Parts: sequence; structure tokens; C-alpha cells
Amino acid sequence: MLEYEKSLKCITSGRSLTIYLEGDIDHHNARTVRSKIDTKLYIQRPDELVLDLSRVNFMDSSGLGLILGRYTRSVELGILFKVANPSPQIRRILDLAGTERLIKIENIPRTEKRAQGGEPA
Amino acid sequence: MKAEVINEVRLTFPSVSANEAFARSAAASFCAQLNPTFDEVSDIKCAVSEAVTNAVVHGYRDALGEIQLLMKLTDDRVFRAEIRDKGCGIADVEEAMRPLFTTDPENERSGMGFTIIENFMDSLRVVSSTGKGTRVIMTKKLSMLPRVRG
Repeated sequence: MLEYEKSLKCITSGRSLTIYLEGDIDHHNARTVRSKIDTKLYIQRPDELVLDLSRVNFMDSSGLGLILGRYTRSVELGILFKVANPSPQIRRILDLAGTERLIKIENIPRTEKRAQGGEPA
Repeated sequence: MKAEVINEVRLTFPSVSANEAFARSAAASFCAQLNPTFDEVSDIKCAVSEAVTNAVVHGYRDALGEIQLLMKLTDDRVFRAEIRDKGCGIADVEEAMRPLFTTDPENERSGMGFTIIENFMDSLRVVSSTGKGTRVIMTKKLSMLPRVRG
């Protein structure tokens, strides 16, 4: 199945929404992922959005644009925005853009629940 | 002494966004011949992806054109990639290379493409001519192979 046909993996915990991005985040699929996240945000209106990157194999500046864009959208909607578990490679890209001045980046240890993954949205 | 070319490849593909993944995978496979580290492969994949995306998004502005990816390995363990398009070209290369500069903020382009290439590779050269196209040339020297324990 093609990457962009998959639905987002999400876990809602109280008023916090965690979205697990997967596979490659590049220019080719960023637009689809973006609209899926935004749709979910507008419907659910959580207090907090966590983008978990632990399942992302590859990300370039298009992924950076996606993350910064979701930060902006979250600020507009009054949602607290966090990024979790970037790989060292992704972390370098985030650091190059000075992302940490704007966005909280967390390394959350995998609990059993997380390791099992969320229900498809 | 001039480094000798070990292997060379020239790929031509249309500027459809699906080929961004193809190009970076091809680069990863090609440089694998020199036994690079995991991090080196990641860096090369990302840098090639950035340049090819630039050609798709900016060079051809999402119209269809031809992209060339030329890659070379030399015996001094240097990987070289050149990404060519015959698109609109860049009027001010220096400006385009500035971190966070983008002509397309509406589509959430971060303006970090060239900065990422500069940081992940050892050298980056951009040659562009308005209306004629752009050549992005990058090199990376791979670390020496670890000694075999004996």
C-alpha cells in the first residue's frame, strides 16, 4: 500500500493528542500528511498536540516545513505543540533551523502502550 | 595526484515528486559501494533529496521537466553528486542559499534546503542561469574504513 493512503496513527490521552508520523516525510507526501493532521486538529481540538517522530525513517527540509507549519497552526488554535523522539539525523535538521527556540522537543521513553501503537484515526 | 574515478552513474528522470524518493535511494545504493557509515548514508540521502526537491518545486515549478543526477565515486573515498535541471534558474544564488530564505512560504517550504546540504556535505556549489537551469554540485569525503580486527 502506498504511504499516503495510510491513515494517521493517533493516541488520545485526556486532552492530549499524539500523532505518530511514519516512513518518509518529504515534499512528495508532506502535503497529504499536513492535511490529515490539520483535519484531525480541527475536529478534535485537543489542548496539546505531540508529533511523535520515532517511526519516521527519513525526513528532509519538507518535513521541517511540515513541523514548523503545524506549530504555527497549533499556536493559532491555542494548542500546546511538542515534537517527540526525533532520530539523531532529524534532530540535526531541527537544530539547524533553531527549532528548539519555538518548539519543545522531548524524548519520551517507549511505554508498552506506545510500543503497541495507536488506533488508526 | 588526481583521484581516480571508481564508478560513475548518470540518471535522467522526469520532475515528478515521486522521484525524490527514487533519487535519494539511488544515491544511498550508489555510495554503499564505498562502505559508508549509517550517518554518512543518511546525510547523502538528505542532501540529494533536497537538491532534487528544489529542481521539482523551484526549477520546474511543478511543471514537467527533466532532472539529471550524476554521481561519481573516486578512490580517495569522495562521493560527488550533481543535480541538473533545465528549469527557470535562480536569479540570486546567494540569496537563495541564505538560511530560511524561501520564495514559497505558502506551501510551507522551510527555506532550509541549501543550509542542510551545506551542513551535511563537505562542499556545495550552485551554478544557475535564469531561464536556462541550475546545477547543484556536492561532495562528501567518507571516513576511512575501520581496521579489520585480526
